[in-house]
Amino acid sequence: MRVFSYQKAATPAAAAAAALHTPGAKFIAGGTNLLDLMKLEIETPAHLIDVNGLALDTVATTADGGLRIGALVRNTALAAHPAVRRDYAVLSRALLAGASAQLRNKATTAGNLLQRTRCPYFYDTNQACNKRVPGSGCSAIAGFSRPLAILGGSDACIATHPSDMAVAMRVLDAGIDTVRADGGTRRIPIADFYRLPGNTPHVETVLQPGELITSVTLPRPTGGTHVYRKVRDRASYAFALVSVAAIILPDGTGRLALGGVAPQPWRIAAAEQALPNGSAAVSERLLAGAHPTADNAFKAILAQRTIAAVMADAAAQKG
Amino acid sequence: MTQFDEPINQVNTGRRGLLIAGALSATAVAVPRVAGAAQAVNTATQAGASPPPVLMKVDLDINGRRHSLELDTRTTLLDALREHLHLTGTKKGCDHGQCGACTVLLDGQRINACLTLAVMHDGARVTTIEGLGTPDQLHPLQAAFIAHDGYQCGYCTPGQICSAVGALGEIRQGIPSHVSADLGAPPQATPDELRERMSGNLCRCGAYSNIIDAITEVAGRPA
Repeated sequence: MRVFSYQKAATPAAAAAAALHTPGAKFIAGGTNLLDLMKLEIETPAHLIDVNGLALDTVATTADGGLRIGALVRNTALAAHPAVRRDYAVLSRALLAGASAQLRNKATTAGNLLQRTRCPYFYDTNQACNKRVPGSGCSAIAGFSRPLAILGGSDACIATHPSDMAVAMRVLDAGIDTVRADGGTRRIPIADFYRLPGNTPHVETVLQPGELITSVTLPRPTGGTHVYRKVRDRASYAFALVSVAAIILPDGTGRLALGGVAPQPWRIAAAEQALPNGSAAVSERLLAGAHPTADNAFKAILAQRTIAAVMADAAAQKG
Repeated sequence: MTQFDEPINQVNTGRRGLLIAGALSATAVAVPRVAGAAQAVNTATQAGASPPPVLMKVDLDINGRRHSLELDTRTTLLDALREHLHLTGTKKGCDHGQCGACTVLLDGQRINACLTLAVMHDGARVTTIEGLGTPDQLHPLQAAFIAHDGYQCGYCTPGQICSAVGALGEIRQGIPSHVSADLGAPPQATPDELRERMSGNLCRCGAYSNIIDAITEVAGRPA
């Protein structure tokens, strides 16, 4: 691990200002992903700004009946929150499908959104990776690409976003609330939060330098049947090969997004409009434009079958 | 005299002693104070030089005892426990949060001590395997692991036991898991639940079934 200096931030705006004005600065919250990457010198911050003392760790009902989740609410606490279990079950299920209990006790809501890919070539500093070293090339595309993206990738990068939580947040139309160094705030719809890799896979979100996530806001509950199904190489504690987050309403309409297959949660309006027509129609539209490698072509078939299973499960739960 | 003629007690200074000496010498260099440290790190980095380590004071409550340490900011909680406080019950397995050998209880919650920095926990309360029980007065989970033969080599065992303490606490608090059928119902300590909840602790010897038996026995007792 490289040498770094360390400070505790006093306020969110002060944290943002420190991050903007200190070269090589990064925020640290749970640290479960950042420290892993710092040990491998994939992340090499010269300065860490600890935001854990910022009192952004509460969950509150909003004026319009939604839920504002503090950026520092731990994954365990969010999954177990009574309002999340009752009204946003897809989020609770997605959180519980991710990582281990030890990691969920530390990992934060904002940190989960910002976690880096687990592409093995991103992690192997002997390999070319445009995300780790911009312009160095991509060893993954012609390499071992079984866990990697079939949708949304580019000639520069086929890494996936590893989060389960973000897939649920995507179907819940979460808004990501931030503060900037000048104290200005904004809400970024999660649909606009992640950037596709294109030629700049190292730029993963629309966050500006120094911009700090303060909370994630969920609109008022949708009702309906909430399902999160994750398919992985072992029964627990593994990243998704394919995951499906779905909210199916009594009239057969709803929302559906895929995880594990793209650089961001993959949700397509045209596919959702096909929900009343059955899973084949949904899959055809959701997977349109898929560009799998020989290694990961199975993911398209797995996605189709998982979508079918989720829709059948939702129909059965509705009774 | 060849090296083979040396008395054993001179050669065998102990792997642990050597490691501790190495860890101490690595930090025994001039270091800047925290004020201005960010600038010092940046100046050195820009000059292509390796900046000196940054030291910070941190107070930790470990197993009920207060410890004041001055640590390199890079020191994980795990290394603070093992290398600085010599509490070697907590193990370093993968050092990347994948194996659970370093599991400790931080303010009552189980975490991976390898994936957090000691300086982030000034004033925190940490319980390690050394704080759960003693050889004369075992924690119920320690006794149950012995009774059920919940280990072979024993390396993962401190992490398994700390994790089990955390898992049973989470069940008591009503925290659901991936295998809980009903998010609204209080979870039960069934074998399926315990397997899922303990999935962050790997055992290369494969003592899993006995570990689940040990935890099940303790879960079934009145609190």
